Amino acid sequence: MDGFQEQLWVLLLGSLLGFELIGKVPPTLHTPLMSGANAISGITMLAALTLITRAGENTLLLILGSLALGFALFNVVGGFLVTDRMLTMFRSNRKRPGGSQ
Amino acid sequence: MSSAELFQGGLDLLAVALLALGIKGLSKIRSARAANQLAATAMAMAVVGLLVSTQPTAVTWFWIAGGTAVGGALGMLTARLVPMTAMPETVALFNGCGGLSSLLVALGVLLAAEGDGLTPSLLVLVSIGFSIVVGAVTCTGSVVAMGKLQGWLPTPGWMLSRWRHGCNIALATVVLLAAVLTAGGSGDALWPLVISASLLGIGLTLPIGGADMPVVISLLNSYSGVAAAAAGFVVGQRLLIVAGAMVGAAGLILTQVMCTGMNRSLPAVLFGGALGSASTGSKGSGEYTNITSCSAEECALTLEAAERVVVVPGYGLAVAQAQHTLREVARLLEKHGVTVTYAIHPVAGRMPGHMNVLLAEADVPYEQLKEMDVINPEFPATDVVLVLGANDVVNPQAKTDPDSPLYGMPVLDVQEARTVFVVKRGMNAGYSGIKNDLFEHPNTSMVFGDAKQVLGNILGELKILGVGQL
Repeated sequence: MDGFQEQLWVLLLGSLLGFELIGKVPPTLHTPLMSGANAISGITMLAALTLITRAGENTLLLILGSLALGFALFNVVGGFLVTDRMLTMFRSNRKRPGGSQ
Repeated sequence: MSSAELFQGGLDLLAVALLALGIKGLSKIRSARAANQLAATAMAMAVVGLLVSTQPTAVTWFWIAGGTAVGGALGMLTARLVPMTAMPETVALFNGCGGLSSLLVALGVLLAAEGDGLTPSLLVLVSIGFSIVVGAVTCTGSVVAMGKLQGWLPTPGWMLSRWRHGCNIALATVVLLAAVLTAGGSGDALWPLVISASLLGIGLTLPIGGADMPVVISLLNSYSGVAAAAAGFVVGQRLLIVAGAMVGAAGLILTQVMCTGMNRSLPAVLFGGALGSASTGSKGSGEYTNITSCSAEECALTLEAAERVVVVPGYGLAVAQAQHTLREVARLLEKHGVTVTYAIHPVAGRMPGHMNVLLAEADVPYEQLKEMDVINPEFPATDVVLVLGANDVVNPQAKTDPDSPLYGMPVLDVQEARTVFVVKRGMNAGYSGIKNDLFEHPNTSMVFGDAKQVLGNILGELKILGVGQL
């Protein structure tokens, strides 16, 4: 029960942090922000990894875990790369390329 | 606590801090790219920490490598190859896969416990049920959203009737029952739960109109964060709970911002059915009667004589891949001394900020992009407005006709300008299927044709006129 209570605290504080972090977003960044946040939600890959490491010799679990890991990584890798691709375009617009970035 | 576990704990803490900084940085143009990389690094660190502390065996490594290679490679390919115009669909696809992953993890943990003959504690079972429901709804909902944006999925007629509410309520009841049974430790309820929750995701998303889809994707993005947090409860990992909660909360805020931009309330989006569905019966009566059309040549002449030109880019421009030609036209006009700005509606393109990305791809300086509130007071002093592949966002009905489904949506007041050119392929209705009064406005001339072709012709005419040449 103690562990669960602690987890609830973590959930609460994490949510409050999330609400605070996104204050004023310029419309230009809505799409990249959405896709970046989306990539972070692929953090379930850690749970998938845990599932695999705990599976032992159980093939069904290994397959399930591997599938979960694959889908999560698709989300993470694709999400971060596509966000980067979008943001690179904004940067190339700047008057002084190669500036402090 | 072993040193490996201490190492993992430390890395996790650092990862949380970096993720938070990453999300924060993503909301400023200057820091966005570095922030994105920071968040990616944080994720990588968390993975390293986990692998160091658990020290997988050879068999385990094999399965880890398999999932990583396939998922990572497909993700990389998709991110590289997908056209910028298809960004909303892509986000939906990634999102759906994240949801599916949470679902699979929860399933796996439950099956593992059953295999060992153990009954997980009530709290874990509740988390598992929750994770399965949210994961399944996120997954199927995102796939439907993607299908609708791609135009693969039409909305079946009965889905627009009131039947769908009954249908969804019935499904939700089954989901609730099955979730309670699963949480009570009854394995038989597991598959009904997975299936009914998946169907619920479809039932909730399918009736929503294409124009509202960005809001849905943003909301589903928030759900996938919630699903990740639920998966964190299932496996007892705090990092997942924090990161999931942050994404869930941030996603909610973003959804709210989008709703405000479209002047739609979230319940209206979710339960109101497709925008324009009410007017499906009046499609035939919405004929245009008083249309003026002109050639690219006339358009070029007017542009050449103008002092202030405002371009209103829409999704049609992006589909025609005409951003680059547009940039050329703007360049010539600017050299000629014409002030060219771009009016960006909050939901131009298919998603807020989508049009900004597409224009950035064509090297349009973002200082020239004006938001709606800034540009609207300037339309009366504007000589020429060039509407390129936009429709609903310039429909004056949104302000004048209380019966219109668009009524109340903020729009660009282009009809205030001296001359309006609307470049359009034909007289078919916009994304929402609603007639546009702007096209019949006395100041409006239609230039029919593909946006790229028309802009190419205008560019040619401007060159013949010697505009912008020394």
